[in-house]
Amino acid sequence: MDFGVIERNWNFLLVQGLIGLGNFAGGTLRLAVPAMLLGFLLGLFVGLGRLAKSRWISTPATVYVELFRGVPLVMVIFWFWFILPRALGVALPEYGVALAAFVIFEGAYLGEIVRAGIQSVPRGQVEAAASTGLGTAQTMRSVVLPQALRNMIPALVTQFIVLFKDTSLASIIGYLDLTKAAQIVNNREIRPFELYLFIAVVYWLCAYGMSRYAGYLEKRLATA
Amino acid sequence: MVEFRNVNKWFGKLHVLKDIDLRIERGEVVVVCGPSGSGKSTLIRCVNGLEAIQSGEIAVDGKRLSDPGLDLRALRAETGFVFQQFNLYPHLSAMENIVLAPMKVRRLSREAAEKRAAELLARVGIPDKADAFPANLSGGQQQRVAIARALAMQPKIMLFDEPTSALDPEMIGEVLDTMTDLARDGMTMIVVTHEMGFARRVASRVVFMDEGRIVEDTKPEAFFAAPQSERAQQFLSKILTR
Ligand SMILES: Nc1ncnc2c1ncn2[C@@H]1O[C@H](COP(=O)(O)OP(=O)(O)OP(=O)(O)O)[C@@H](O)[C@H]1O
Ligand SMILES: [Mg+2]
Repeated sequence: MDFGVIERNWNFLLVQGLIGLGNFAGGTLRLAVPAMLLGFLLGLFVGLGRLAKSRWISTPATVYVELFRGVPLVMVIFWFWFILPRALGVALPEYGVALAAFVIFEGAYLGEIVRAGIQSVPRGQVEAAASTGLGTAQTMRSVVLPQALRNMIPALVTQFIVLFKDTSLASIIGYLDLTKAAQIVNNREIRPFELYLFIAVVYWLCAYGMSRYAGYLEKRLATA
Repeated sequence: MVEFRNVNKWFGKLHVLKDIDLRIERGEVVVVCGPSGSGKSTLIRCVNGLEAIQSGEIAVDGKRLSDPGLDLRALRAETGFVFQQFNLYPHLSAMENIVLAPMKVRRLSREAAEKRAAELLARVGIPDKADAFPANLSGGQQQRVAIARALAMQPKIMLFDEPTSALDPEMIGEVLDTMTDLARDGMTMIVVTHEMGFARRVASRVVFMDEGRIVEDTKPEAFFAAPQSERAQQFLSKILTR
């Protein structure tokens, strides 16, 4: 047992692998955080789209959700990695491919969470808003979404934690995230036990932090 | 002010409004009563287009609801609606509940909207509750905020769907008092309620519904003294001996 390997590679593992600052275009957080934000934005449109009255909007949204929920994430990453550059005729960087794959894959799940959140707001709220002359968009923005978001928090955070951990799959296309960084160090120093225990603790701490923050957020919004 | 002409409505196969003819003049207070499921809620929900009708015609303030050029949002802005379950926005304070529509729909400045809201909260008897959230208000207080929210749009007519049915008995009075004041100020009102004391004191007419039809439409004195139909007699004896 020699945890010196962690100390010797501290910067490479955490600053490069976890955060993504360094010589390589990698980083778990640099992938996960934008993927969450963009994925949620996409999910918002998908969720609203699924509830749209017009079939021209709701059907494509439904097809999209069913399609991406039904395939493994690794497959989506491979598609984007092997097929997209060929279709577009340009070489794509790992970061772009990984981010696009995550956003589009997660958008399907997050869209379902958004849809359920919106549907959890009682009909009477919409009727009350409509009765005062508010339009559909105003009602959605000022009345429904604020309540829906609060109801979504638990499911949303669970999904964000899943996404955060799933970014380790990006290492299969050579993206230098925390998992890949540990692999590289291990190839050199052959300390699998120490290294994989260490990154497990790092993943767990991040996920636990997110879960605690969600709990705090829920409590704060509940009193308001 | 409100006119129903031969209105029919179905929910699927269920015929809920049958050949409704009803005229309500400016300043009238019409109480609608009748057994559960007789179509009272549906009737007033049709007035501001929360429910669509399948045949006949409804006009509010001279505007026909079936008119394709109708600005439904403008009509709703002028038609206040008070719900049995209050339907206050739980994430907003009483003040924010009231100023939302005046600011978004009428484009009032926050200052002007809050000034009006403060006056309305005083008018419904809870001037000190502006910053309270719905969850921290009693049922009676919530319903009065809901009334203030509707009044903030300066409606020409107010619709009430059993505004006191979800309230504890000791809070019914405060809401009815608020509604009585409103009627005294000349507001046109359609009130679905089983509060017969209110009907007796305030209503200009009582409409009795049964199985989707208007069975009686008379002055309250006549209605209470000698209801014409057997159904109304049964209904009254049940409700007055309760
Ligand atoms: N959205 C709906 N879909 C299908 N049926 C409905 C709907 N709303 C009401 N109904 C039915 O229409 C009939 C009339 O309902 P309505 O709510 O107007 O009655 P009501 O007189 O207000 O009764 P209550 O005193 O119980 O409030 C009832 O049989 C009810 O079950
Ligand atoms: Mg009803």
